[in-house]
Amino acid sequence: MADAHVHAHQDHPHGPDEHAPIAAHGPSPESALLERAIRELLIEQGVFTADDLRRQIDLMDSRNPAVGAKLIARAWVDPAFKQRLLANAKAAAEELGIDCSNAPDVMVLENTPKRHHLVVCTLCSCYPKAILGIPPAWYKSPEYRARAVKDPRGVLAEFGTHLPDDVEVRVVDSTADLRYLVLPMRPAGTDGWDEDRLAVLVTRDSMIGVTVPTAAS
Amino acid sequence: MTIFVPGDRVRVRNDWPEAGPVRVHIRTPHYLRGREGIVERQLGSFPNPEELAFGKSGLPARMLYQVRFVRAGLWPGTGDGSADTVVADLYEHWLEPAEERHG
Repeated sequence: MADAHVHAHQDHPHGPDEHAPIAAHGPSPESALLERAIRELLIEQGVFTADDLRRQIDLMDSRNPAVGAKLIARAWVDPAFKQRLLANAKAAAEELGIDCSNAPDVMVLENTPKRHHLVVCTLCSCYPKAILGIPPAWYKSPEYRARAVKDPRGVLAEFGTHLPDDVEVRVVDSTADLRYLVLPMRPAGTDGWDEDRLAVLVTRDSMIGVTVPTAAS
Repeated sequence: MTIFVPGDRVRVRNDWPEAGPVRVHIRTPHYLRGREGIVERQLGSFPNPEELAFGKSGLPARMLYQVRFVRAGLWPGTGDGSADTVVADLYEHWLEPAEERHG
């Protein structure tokens, strides 16, 4: 059948069919059924309630890169807060009203003129969800996970990030019980900026470590 | 179980439990098995995920270490490429003291 289709069209060039129906991108029917079966069993067995589940989804939906940007901007303007953030990220987040009580431990990694951090989870997709929300699709891709530890500078270059040779690129593979968030360096040319203005410069990608924030952006 | 401190040279056990007949859940990446690194810091004790994955308690908790590796040493033939490093979080039962290096 596939061959017949190809041959039928070989006499005229054509690109991707713009009128093709939108393909289903969600989970397969099998995995959706499995998820529902497990969820209903867990609720039926009293492991958690439907309300617990709803609250957890609400919590997840409330987390996004802007939450992380708030932490980073505060750290840029308040050296004492920065020290507390580096020492105990979850406690520092709580200071800003970000509830991380049920989340895995988070460690904040400070970029310096001599060291740049890049976060990956080669085993799956561990990510500081309590602060940044759901990770981007590329973060979960086998390509990123395999290449970040092998060719970090190549990966960085594809994100438009070029670091001098004398900067150590430190790839942090979140293999276990900690989640990692990068504290980028405060961009030059932002003297006197307030927290809100600084926070706009702090992107999701800069907190994963694939980019570096700049005041120009 | 040896307790390591920052700066200790360690080797990741060159074990492959996945190759056995029993189902396992291992959080030590393949690319680090048998490799040598330096203990960066202790991260505290956590229930063993290899047991948690199968509904067990994971107790006693295992010490988790952040271990630093030289990237170029992990991937021979990819250029020495400066002092770039890879750190990973590894449980105590995956680490052994590394022998003194010769030369």
